[in-house]
Amino acid sequence: MKLTLKIWRQKDAKSRGELVDYQMKGIEGDMSFLEMLDVLNEELINKGEEPVVFDHDCREGICGVCSLQINGEPHGPDRLITACQLHMRKFKDGDTIFIEPFRAKAFPIIKDLMIDRSAFDRIQQAGGYISVNTSGNTVDANAIPIEKEKADDAFAAATCIGCGACVAACKNASAMLFTSAKVSQYALLPQGQVEAADRVLAMVKQMDEEGFGNCTNTGACEIECPKGISLENIARMNREYLKASLKG
Amino acid sequence: MSILDSKIPEGPLADKWTKHKNTINLVNPANKRNIDIIVVGTGLAGGSAAATLAELGYNVKTFCYQDSPRRAHSIAAQGGINAAKNYQGDGDSVYRLFYDTVKGGDYRSREGNVHRLAEVSTNIIDQCVAQGVPFAREYGGLLDNRSFGGVLVSRTFYAKGQTGQQLLLGAYSAMNRQINRGKIKSYTRHEMLDIVKIDGKARGIIARDLVTGEIERHSAHAVVLASGGYGNLFYLSTYAMGSNVTATWKAHRRGAFFANPCYTQIHPTCIPVSGDHQSKLTLMSESLRNDGRIWVPKRIEDAEAIRAGTLKPTQLSEEERDYYLERRYPAFGNLVPRDVASRAAKERCDAGFGVNKTGEAVYLDFAAAIQRYGAEKAHTSGIHNPTKEEITKLGEEVVEAKYGNLFQMYEKIVDENPYKTPMMIYPAVHYAMGGLWVDYNLQTTIPGCYAAGEANFSDHGANRLGASALMQGLADGYFVLPYTIGDYLSHDILTGKIPTDTPEFDEAEQHVKDRIQKLMSGSGAHSVDYYHKKLGKIMWNKCGMSRNEKDLKEAIDEITALREDFWKNVKVPGTADNMNPELEKAGRVADFLELGELFAKDALDRKESCGGHFREESVEQSGEQKGEALRDDKNFKYVAAWEYKGVPKEAKLHKEDLVFENIELKTRSYK
Amino acid sequence: MGGLIKSSIARKVAMALSGLFLVFFLLQHFTINFTSIFSADVFNELSHFMGTNPFVQFLLQPILIFGVVFHFVMGFILEIKNNKARAVKYARFKGGANSSWVSRNMIWSGVVVLAFLGLHFYDFWVPEMVHKYIEFAPEDPTRYYTELLHRFESPIRTGLYALSFVFLALHLWHGFASSFQSVGFNNKYSVAATKFAKAFAIVIPLGFIVVAIVLHLTH
Repeated sequence: MKLTLKIWRQKDAKSRGELVDYQMKGIEGDMSFLEMLDVLNEELINKGEEPVVFDHDCREGICGVCSLQINGEPHGPDRLITACQLHMRKFKDGDTIFIEPFRAKAFPIIKDLMIDRSAFDRIQQAGGYISVNTSGNTVDANAIPIEKEKADDAFAAATCIGCGACVAACKNASAMLFTSAKVSQYALLPQGQVEAADRVLAMVKQMDEEGFGNCTNTGACEIECPKGISLENIARMNREYLKASLKG
Repeated sequence: MSILDSKIPEGPLADKWTKHKNTINLVNPANKRNIDIIVVGTGLAGGSAAATLAELGYNVKTFCYQDSPRRAHSIAAQGGINAAKNYQGDGDSVYRLFYDTVKGGDYRSREGNVHRLAEVSTNIIDQCVAQGVPFAREYGGLLDNRSFGGVLVSRTFYAKGQTGQQLLLGAYSAMNRQINRGKIKSYTRHEMLDIVKIDGKARGIIARDLVTGEIERHSAHAVVLASGGYGNLFYLSTYAMGSNVTATWKAHRRGAFFANPCYTQIHPTCIPVSGDHQSKLTLMSESLRNDGRIWVPKRIEDAEAIRAGTLKPTQLSEEERDYYLERRYPAFGNLVPRDVASRAAKERCDAGFGVNKTGEAVYLDFAAAIQRYGAEKAHTSGIHNPTKEEITKLGEEVVEAKYGNLFQMYEKIVDENPYKTPMMIYPAVHYAMGGLWVDYNLQTTIPGCYAAGEANFSDHGANRLGASALMQGLADGYFVLPYTIGDYLSHDILTGKIPTDTPEFDEAEQHVKDRIQKLMSGSGAHSVDYYHKKLGKIMWNKCGMSRNEKDLKEAIDEITALREDFWKNVKVPGTADNMNPELEKAGRVADFLELGELFAKDALDRKESCGGHFREESVEQSGEQKGEALRDDKNFKYVAAWEYKGVPKEAKLHKEDLVFENIELKTRSYK
Repeated sequence: MGGLIKSSIARKVAMALSGLFLVFFLLQHFTINFTSIFSADVFNELSHFMGTNPFVQFLLQPILIFGVVFHFVMGFILEIKNNKARAVKYARFKGGANSSWVSRNMIWSGVVVLAFLGLHFYDFWVPEMVHKYIEFAPEDPTRYYTELLHRFESPIRTGLYALSFVFLALHLWHGFASSFQSVGFNNKYSVAATKFAKAFAIVIPLGFIVVAIVLHLTH
């Protein structure tokens, strides 16, 4: 199939960027979206131009490094997948495809479609852990039984891949779904409850300092999340936060 | 006498590790503050090692090429992690896990190391649960287990199909805690490009900041390499696009021996290649073989018709299908170990029975399982005389509950409904058993340079069992390396900070800069991918699932020629002073072009068949095992550790003889 | 409290609580208005009570005003902050694929409601205040209904009034249900609560419109 791509090109963090048009021919439906970009880059290299820089690594939807806003949606039109799992059969011959980086003040652009998501790391570093030494001398793994339903909910929250689609989809560039997923995972497990109050306060504080927007409950994050992380986690974080704040 | 000293402690197998821990030197807490350690790679092994070392009080610097430690490719491991907990009460024990691992590795691993691995496996589970890793649980609230390929007990802990992700995020959270304490400094989007030796000891690294292109010097008292495996040598693999051999290869060039490079694992259940544009292969969990039956058409005409698209697999009757694994291995059937299943698929496809338009695929069929589960479900739901449609519907529901996410993934990629038509699978490169040679302390042949996880030649011998990679990575990182490294560092308490303004750092930095300059100044005839794909084709065709002397010799020559061409004609666009992914790739492919040659040489040298390494010249000639792999314990019961001598094919072989005091060497039979 | 309101979650909760308070007020306001279409006496009696009771006038009324002002000011502050969180906008943004129009445009439905409130204050509240606290006019407990009828004389004004309530309905459609989520209420009762909130968002504004039309026709 033939396609017109409108791709955001930006030399570095300081430069101004713009959308540049590229005409593509001979794209097959079996190609993944990133393989289509590989084809474009091979052409650009052979023409002596600089290829389009975009983040990609595992190409199986789990590392979370994909960060493409495709036709106005993070990871493109398909649901519950990342851009690397999107296949060209989802597009039609003659389509025009807009490809932009995930945009948020807290995710500055490094080059072209590549962004800096270290804000997410800093949120996790602020308290996204359980303070237990890795000595191996903890209690036996089966010493504390955990209700299956809670364990499953904790797992569902823990499947977040940290891609930032929630931020990209949110009209306010809010990072509530990401932050709440980690807060929830630990809040649901007995092991995490000891530090629950300090954790939620520290993580939310860091989230705010990074310059993400506020949540207005549009629900866009949940729909666009490649792992289907539930809005329930945000409600849980709000609850945990209130509890922690009132505790003083 | 070999110059290799494995330093395996004396004494009974079960006491070695405890005794060793009790007798090695320690560094006192006040002195740990004055000692710096560099960890390259932040996957399961690197992340867990960094966290533990920092917790012990050392100053740690971590390096990863990804934008965050959380994205290391350990994250993609699906199935699970083994541990000898015996929660199921099915007779598991540390010894059994040890035994299964040595046998699974086709008797090419060290007894002492593997036993230690089995011992600490139980701690891993305790540790991870304490860290909040959400393993699957039963309704009683206790941890669930499942069984995995080739063993007789249920010892695999799992978190749906995302065990690697959950374990990695656990290690990442432990790292985050130390980053928050200021004990770890994390350098992301940084790539190690050389190791710096001072007075023969590893004392630092040269790294490139991938965003600014700046070349940086970092010093430390010890360097830990946990940079993963080298399967991307084959271009197409289940590895991440960025997975590379650069860190370990640089160490090899500086004096670390490379062990058993030819041992690679080819996983039998991956989604087949769909065309030349393909960049990466996707694994489907091995657990699918518990219920799926593998077959190809019996008649070659049918296979041709399927490839041409004129015949559908569902139109073939039972009699027209060849369930070749069940036919060849009646005892284990579809559940033979990975190496055996992969070779059998290749054999059928090479003989012309492959399906898919490329002819490189076999069917994995769930129709029988759907009918079986459907009938069972109908019975338990009290439906008498169910119709075929009812049974199919119920059966599909059961299969969906077990493998729903995998089926969905398959459908997204292939665009076929695997409930209605059989899945197509083909083997793909998945894991590297070989790696840097290390002693019992995980130290390489460079003093002060350690290797952990998939980066070392490890505990898996010639073939790795399912769910053992995660176990090894975390065992090395959490429970082995942080203690054994103290023995070395105890001699460094008075050394003080290592300066970076020394001639050794100057030399290493200049070396790195020259190499980048050389990469940037190729004639510009071909892209990096062009060379990588060519290398991958040579490796897959001549050093792949089955190998012979003629092919291997040709491969060595072809790789040498390709490497020369690469250095003359590669095209790297852009500049070296900012983000340039093509330059990164070029550096990695340059190293693969050297490793490939050593790989072929190692495979040529090992004239036996063992585990993932199958030599066509070494097969059973008669008896029940006729045609199966033939191991040669008399001549090849050793670890091949290669010393770099300027050109990969001129590497010098050092043999570490493997001693088996607790296990009797047997032929693996799955008939 | 000062620290609490600085965080994004605290602001979100404050928006939800002030919104819920206004929803409660709306219900009370509607109840009184609704009486006007079947009994002028009841309406007069209730209005008289609300207009003269010191507890209502000097405690509830300032709280209500504070609630309204707070909700609007905070709404604007959040909107500005949220705009800043994405300095460079997308060339193409397909919000409709993952969220409702109303949820993304609360600021606009809110602004319309605010404009209406201006009118409403001008129509009712300002004359009322002037009447009571500036002119100190003598209280006539039966004046309210007549005044009310008088306001809905003009078809244009009645139309504007009805239109404003359509926007209020849109605002409530997202805002009411969403406030549960904001205060951390998301459990097995949420589906029912959301249904109730959505019903409320339609029924109450519709009720106001019906009252207005009936009064207009009564005239």
